[in-house]
Amino acid sequence: MTDMSINASLGADGLHTSDAAYKRLKARYAREARFKAYGLTAIGFAVLSLVFLLWTIVSNGYTAFLQTSIQMEVFIDPARIEGDSDAEKRTETALRTADWRGMVNSALAERFPNVPRSDRRFLNDMLSQGAGTQVRDAVLANPSLIGQKHTLWLLAHSNIDMLHKGFIDRDGPPAQRPVNDRQLAFYDEFVKQGALVARANTRFLVGANSASPELAGMWVAIVGSFWTLIICLALAFPLGVMTAVWLEEFAPRNKWTDMIEVNINNLAAVPSIVFGLLGLAVFLNFFGMPRSSPLSGGIVLALMSLPVMIIAARASLRAVPPSIRQAAIGLGASKLQAITHHVLPLAMPGILTGTILAMAHALGESAPLMLVGMNAFVVDVPTGPLDAATVLPVQVFRWAGQPERGFVEKTSAAIMILLVFLLFMNAIAIYLRKKFERRW
Amino acid sequence: MTAKTFLLAAAVAAAVALPGAAAFAQGRDQIRIVGSSTVFPFTTAVAEEFGRQGRFRTPVVESTGTGGGMRLFCQGVGAEHPDFTNASRRITRGELETCTRNGVQVVEISVGFDGIVVADRLGGQNFSLTREQIWKALARQVPVNGQLVNNPYRTWNQVDPALPNRRIEVLGPPPTSGTRDSFVELVMDVGCRNIPEIRAITDNAARGRACASIREDGVFIEAGENDNLIVQRLTSSAEAMGVFGFSFYDQNRDKIKSHPIEGVTATLETISGGQYPVSRPLFVYLKNNHVGVIPGIMEFAAEYMSDRAAGSDGYLSDRGLVPMPDATRRGQRTSVMNRTVLTTLN
Repeated sequence: MTDMSINASLGADGLHTSDAAYKRLKARYAREARFKAYGLTAIGFAVLSLVFLLWTIVSNGYTAFLQTSIQMEVFIDPARIEGDSDAEKRTETALRTADWRGMVNSALAERFPNVPRSDRRFLNDMLSQGAGTQVRDAVLANPSLIGQKHTLWLLAHSNIDMLHKGFIDRDGPPAQRPVNDRQLAFYDEFVKQGALVARANTRFLVGANSASPELAGMWVAIVGSFWTLIICLALAFPLGVMTAVWLEEFAPRNKWTDMIEVNINNLAAVPSIVFGLLGLAVFLNFFGMPRSSPLSGGIVLALMSLPVMIIAARASLRAVPPSIRQAAIGLGASKLQAITHHVLPLAMPGILTGTILAMAHALGESAPLMLVGMNAFVVDVPTGPLDAATVLPVQVFRWAGQPERGFVEKTSAAIMILLVFLLFMNAIAIYLRKKFERRW
Repeated sequence: MTAKTFLLAAAVAAAVALPGAAAFAQGRDQIRIVGSSTVFPFTTAVAEEFGRQGRFRTPVVESTGTGGGMRLFCQGVGAEHPDFTNASRRITRGELETCTRNGVQVVEISVGFDGIVVADRLGGQNFSLTREQIWKALARQVPVNGQLVNNPYRTWNQVDPALPNRRIEVLGPPPTSGTRDSFVELVMDVGCRNIPEIRAITDNAARGRACASIREDGVFIEAGENDNLIVQRLTSSAEAMGVFGFSFYDQNRDKIKSHPIEGVTATLETISGGQYPVSRPLFVYLKNNHVGVIPGIMEFAAEYMSDRAAGSDGYLSDRGLVPMPDATRRGQRTSVMNRTVLTTLN
């Protein structure tokens, strides 16, 4: 069809109808097809890598949301609680420092009465180091348990947990297995009685960090990330928006503003670790801000995200048509009124999107925070931006470096949590953009 | 967003940021610990247990390396400086001088031992190494025909015909790591001791350098502080061997094995008994000036040296710390509880 009309317009022996021309045409179509194929391959490769990455993380990490527990009947022995047997006089301190672990060990010994003394240690190691604390917390919540037998689920030791989840080859040579033959026998016995079960692991989300994988939780990192981002947002957002408004709406065009502009663009490309060094030298060493605190971390992140936020805010201010400003000024508004009543509200969805993306970036940042000491081991939940804290990506880094096998799944699970937060923030950005976006 | 709310947001931001910056000079009710990454897992375990007892807040432990920790620790007295520092070697004379100059009174706590192992994947050959062989394989310059030349050895049997014909490839800690310091001190410095060409160097400093310099031609690979990575590399390579701490090896015994050094295999017993040659004592240093100012310092030290923590069946030995003999530990416990300040290194 097309060929014929071209033929008609050019005459029978037209430039575009010779054999050579057809060859060229074919070659051009082939080139286009190849180009599309390259593009598809690139996208396919990217998708495959992403799927592979996510699959690795999820398949390594999903088991962390389950934790193996052993059901035990523990006698809450008043004799092992210091002080008077009279409940009235029993102090909180006595309850806290009582020999809870001893009670747990006795319960274990009762369960396996024929275990020789030399093997007691292996038996005790079936349960987590935190098992005593679990009993204590149950008693603190309900002091009437004292003097009674109480049945509760106690966390298994991480090695047992790994065994139960199939990460330890139980047929491997004993010298190379973290669980010995005695413990395998105990394990099988518990499983046979139905007393050893993998249960939902809420501690992983709401618990504090721990040196033992079975007790480790992310709450400190989550709260730390929250405070750090709040500080970062509170500093970077107003500063960024004000800078953008001034540069876009008020600044005269001259050498100086050009220089400021170039500098802001360059700062956006400065490696984040540099901001960490700056934070260490200026905020920690010079101003004496507390190490490891969300305050210092937040300020460092604010410096890091400022340039990005300014650039995003300027772009969305520039996208507001000049006619809006002119109309406002034409109707008698002052320049400030034109900006605050009309331009800024119209640009706000774009500014917010840029801000949220910058925050999401800040949430995933670890290197500069480690320089200001946020890679510490923190167990107490920070109550404010001055308390020692850690953040999610640093937590991931720390766990990845731990020798215990149990931390492998925790690391992947922590990455999953971090990704969920990032996706959530990006979803808000997309929602804002879709909802408030205006086209002129 | 109107002008008012916008300005309000700015004011709130300023209100959050500024007074915050003025208010940190206050005291602390939480112990802060810095220092060695080798001691870090032990100190965190004690800190956690200490916090669990509920009398004091859980100490904050940061891993900064032994040298970095000493710098922070010796900087001065006051709430902005740490209360303890972990060390995978003894405090040096220079560090102690800095501490003293800044008014810091140091109490030394020796908490146990760590061994350094030369590890290999499980399927590899079994052979024993001597420190001299390791030195010859890894030193920058070694003697050949009476001359010190850049290390020409590529395979282990070139170093010593008794060793297997296998390419030399060793993954080890970088110079910033305490494990590296100890490796140099315990293996390299000892390994060169009986080499006549090294003994012939009269200048002490030059001799020390010749002993301690590790080759940089790609045979010794600095593998960062992430020991997990080394384990992965070892299991996937037939050639590579790795240098790391005993506790790490102990945790990964199902994936890697260690080569005996001077015929002695690294075990808890050979290390605490002193037979295994490549082991080192670990320390925690306490700031005496902070006792009574920051709550819980002595209680924390007591927990660290208690039977249930550092004893032979304590929870630290579960984590790979090689405990001190009980009598030594109890004797030391008394001296720490008396807050004996370290003034000179003997």
